[in-house]
Amino acid sequence: MPFIPHTHADKESMLDTLGIASIDDLFDEIPKEIQCEGLPDVPDGISEMAMLSHMAKRARDDSAGICFLGAGCYDHYIPSAVWDIASRGEFLTAYTPYQAEASQGTLQLVYEFQTMLASLTSMDVANASVYDGASALAEAILMAVRVNRKSKSRRVLVPASLHPFYLATVRSIVTHQDINVELMALEDGLSAISDSVLNDAIAVVVQQPNFFGLLEDVDALTTRAHDAGALVIGVVNPMTLALLKPPGDWGDTGADIVCGDGQPLGIPMASGGPSFGFLCTRMAHVRQLPGRIAGRTQDKTGNWGFVLTLQAREQHIRRAKATSNICTNQGLLVTAATIYMTLLGPQGLNEVASACVRNTHRLAERLTELPNVSMRFDAPYFHECVLDFEESTDAIQHRLLNSGILGGYPLTGLIEKGDQAMLICATETRTDRDIESYYRALSDG
Amino acid sequence: MPDFPSDLHYSQTHEWVRVEGNRATVGISDYAQTQLGDVVYVELPEVGAHVEFGGEVAVVESVKAASDIYAPVTGEVVDANDELDSAPETVNADPYGDGWFFIIEMTNDELPSDLLTAEGYEAHCQAEGE
Amino acid sequence: MADTIFDKSRPTRRAAAQRVESRATEKFVPEQFQRLSPPMLPEVSELQAVRHFTNLARRNFSIDTHFYPLGSCTMKYNPRGAHRAAMQDGFLNRHPLTPTSHSQGVLSCLYELQEILQNVTGTAQVCLTPMAGAQGELTGALMIKAYHADNNDHERLEIIVPTAAHGTNPATASMAGLIAKEVEVNADGDVDLESLKRVVGPKTAGVMLTNPSTCAVFERRIQAISDIVHDAGGLLYYDGANLNAILGRARPGDMQFDVLHLNLHKTFATPHGGGGPGAGPVGANELLAPYLPTPMVIKSESGYRWLDQAERPKSIGRLSSFMGNVGILLRAYAYSLMLGGNGMCDVSDYATLNANYLMRRLSDAGFHPAYPVRRATHEFAISLRQEAKETGVTAMDFAKRLLDYGFHAPTTYFPLLIPECFLIEPTETETKEELDAFADAMIAILKEAQQDPEFVKQAPHEQSVGRLDEVQAVRQLDVTAH
Repeated sequence: MPFIPHTHADKESMLDTLGIASIDDLFDEIPKEIQCEGLPDVPDGISEMAMLSHMAKRARDDSAGICFLGAGCYDHYIPSAVWDIASRGEFLTAYTPYQAEASQGTLQLVYEFQTMLASLTSMDVANASVYDGASALAEAILMAVRVNRKSKSRRVLVPASLHPFYLATVRSIVTHQDINVELMALEDGLSAISDSVLNDAIAVVVQQPNFFGLLEDVDALTTRAHDAGALVIGVVNPMTLALLKPPGDWGDTGADIVCGDGQPLGIPMASGGPSFGFLCTRMAHVRQLPGRIAGRTQDKTGNWGFVLTLQAREQHIRRAKATSNICTNQGLLVTAATIYMTLLGPQGLNEVASACVRNTHRLAERLTELPNVSMRFDAPYFHECVLDFEESTDAIQHRLLNSGILGGYPLTGLIEKGDQAMLICATETRTDRDIESYYRALSDG
Repeated sequence: MPDFPSDLHYSQTHEWVRVEGNRATVGISDYAQTQLGDVVYVELPEVGAHVEFGGEVAVVESVKAASDIYAPVTGEVVDANDELDSAPETVNADPYGDGWFFIIEMTNDELPSDLLTAEGYEAHCQAEGE
Repeated sequence: MADTIFDKSRPTRRAAAQRVESRATEKFVPEQFQRLSPPMLPEVSELQAVRHFTNLARRNFSIDTHFYPLGSCTMKYNPRGAHRAAMQDGFLNRHPLTPTSHSQGVLSCLYELQEILQNVTGTAQVCLTPMAGAQGELTGALMIKAYHADNNDHERLEIIVPTAAHGTNPATASMAGLIAKEVEVNADGDVDLESLKRVVGPKTAGVMLTNPSTCAVFERRIQAISDIVHDAGGLLYYDGANLNAILGRARPGDMQFDVLHLNLHKTFATPHGGGGPGAGPVGANELLAPYLPTPMVIKSESGYRWLDQAERPKSIGRLSSFMGNVGILLRAYAYSLMLGGNGMCDVSDYATLNANYLMRRLSDAGFHPAYPVRRATHEFAISLRQEAKETGVTAMDFAKRLLDYGFHAPTTYFPLLIPECFLIEPTETETKEELDAFADAMIAILKEAQQDPEFVKQAPHEQSVGRLDEVQAVRQLDVTAH
């Protein structure tokens, strides 16, 4: 009974109040035939000390070395205060802020988070987050279908360079509402759309930087999509927006919906989750935005406070007609991200982004000094890029691992000659010495 | 006590209808707005939409509820009360006047037989409240 | 007025220790791609940031600070040991795309958690990726749909849910491209079998049930329900929201459920984090297991590895960027290790004892259980309709006043079919003293309601803010500080 506080006397006194002889009597409404005799196949419990010792060994097994892997999850530095504060019991063990007056901490924090995300993306409004980047894109597409009632096509165009896991997730979720997800053409690693493809599409998804790290001509893509009557869904890495033009400013009138994964904002990689997805939009579309939204209001004496607002969009009220079935946000991760953005500020985030760009360019320039390594694409890139090798990247990856280098993401099956290509990344946490280690490990091979 | 003007027709789902020629103005009853509480949003149909008797055409929201509004007659929506966008509280303040929702140009001159008189509707509300 | 972090911001101030050596980037990012004006993030010192968020934390109720008997949410103690286990560097620093050769630690934990959850639920296979209960539900609905499609049974597009079901159930059905149909619930809280027989048929894809139900009673005729649904060609989905009540007492698999989800943030004590993250693993019997999402973990001769789409052609596919909420799964695994099979049986025993005891204390004090002739499960519903009628003080007023007594309010106005409802779930980790104090507070508030109803209607009186105007929050929408 590791977390059960009842003494023998407590139990006896409670049973006495209930007028029963044993706890078993409380289960007499469960038919005998479906009752089970305990859980004999689950091992017996152990102490916290034994559990931690077991888990510490498992955690040690997973050290892979210096990380040059990106592909949607990034090894950034996280200031000490972020998780010290996010792990406080009042944030960690609170529930959804349904009782607003007892949840002002979480609600105000979410309001501040919404403000920061809206400013980063240059959009009017952000929600309190959804599960992760991939599911955020699926929600963004479903939202676009609700917003763009003029289009009759049910076609959504996505870049062929979209993260393969995002694409798979989008397909799993949105195709059940009869939405066709169509891939746009790829030219030299960048999205290309023709007028015939655009014809009556509901929305065009534009990712910046794209999966290969390249910078898309977002202004042209946005304006062309709008001219054809399609909405624009921007998929962005929030960290990069310290330097890159925010989606709200793309092209003629900016993106209509913006989504992405918040992991770069103070969330550990942790095998890819939990992270959080974010969704931003224009005020005109706010009622089609899924997920929770915090709003500022007043109490009877005029004090300002915060509540969940626009709840009539949500499943607990709208049921089958809700904007989504989502009930949660990724509250704890939003807490960490809000503290992270506060500690970095505009200057700090700019420095992180600049260091990422610089380190990846330095890495790429250094590695391509080797005779058997070359750049795949010519277009400008941010903090990831694709390198071509003259042998299988699976083999290279394993050789690098032996030198303590997690070298990148092999693109087998994802682009032409992908089995000899690798997506690499160097964040602000990589030093020039790390980059030299990579170079040496590769040249020694 | 809610108000039940005698010159209107009512549906069992709490819409009222004011008929002038072949035009039917539609809103929600005083009883309905009381039950709903403070109205915070009204989602109106698009002008030009064809609606069938009993079909869902609009949604009215309070903080804790969203209720569908059903077409009390068949026809084409020819006008919608855009003022409610910025002032949804009008539905509470003046449900039979400025708080109207939309106008339908009716296909038939005859009203659906399911519609109630003020008297019948008042009895219906009383039964529902019990 | 509560200052936001933006009110504390001053141009050029910063948390200097967080600087990163900055180098010019102009030559890397061409002008056409550049941001013209910086984002409006706060400019504060590190202490200002720490103090601001620490003070915000103090304006929250939480399990660590207050009794939190939120019905259907299972707000039990979240062991710090499990949190610490998952926050180890080896787990936190693992990139999700690290080759399996260097991922055996985390993969072995996930594999063993799959096995534990299979045992606990009586299912053939479990997939851990769904990131919350709602995504688990969507997974189950998509699997049911895929199964019928595989059998060329394309007409089966109706999902039946009880009228008392949580709003997520019908919302999930819509998201899966299915149509939700409702089945009536009897006065005793069980599903009405006659109503069920009327609504099932050749269009039935499946039925979604929670057991114990959302009415907080055990669905006694679950076997009859199962027969009716299966005989009609439909499948049975178990919403694991209330599994804490029957852990080690009865298994959904043994009740003939075909597919189910668990809420690890409820039954397996992972922290709710102010509204997430959760984790909603899905289990299935042999019939539906091939449709489980990807990826899953298997154990092979060369070690643990991912099982992906190519090896699971019938799978409904991927649902997350990587592998779901692994950090939450690790906490649930750590919790399972500490509890063990024996400890899990204690969980349902004492959760049920606590709920029945509190229900008795409240009914002895004159409150009205919604189903007085039924046993409480791990939770119970009371209706404050009579109190509201007599004093004008509603369940919401009671809820707000409870905050002043130092208790988080129970779930209010759910399930919808019980008027002026409180759904109360004490969980197994609360002491008898805490339950007694809560019952005493309810009695004291009832007395206040009788003597000075206006005072209770104006509650709360002792929180950082008074009762907030939710109507204003929608009519004058203010969702960002700028």
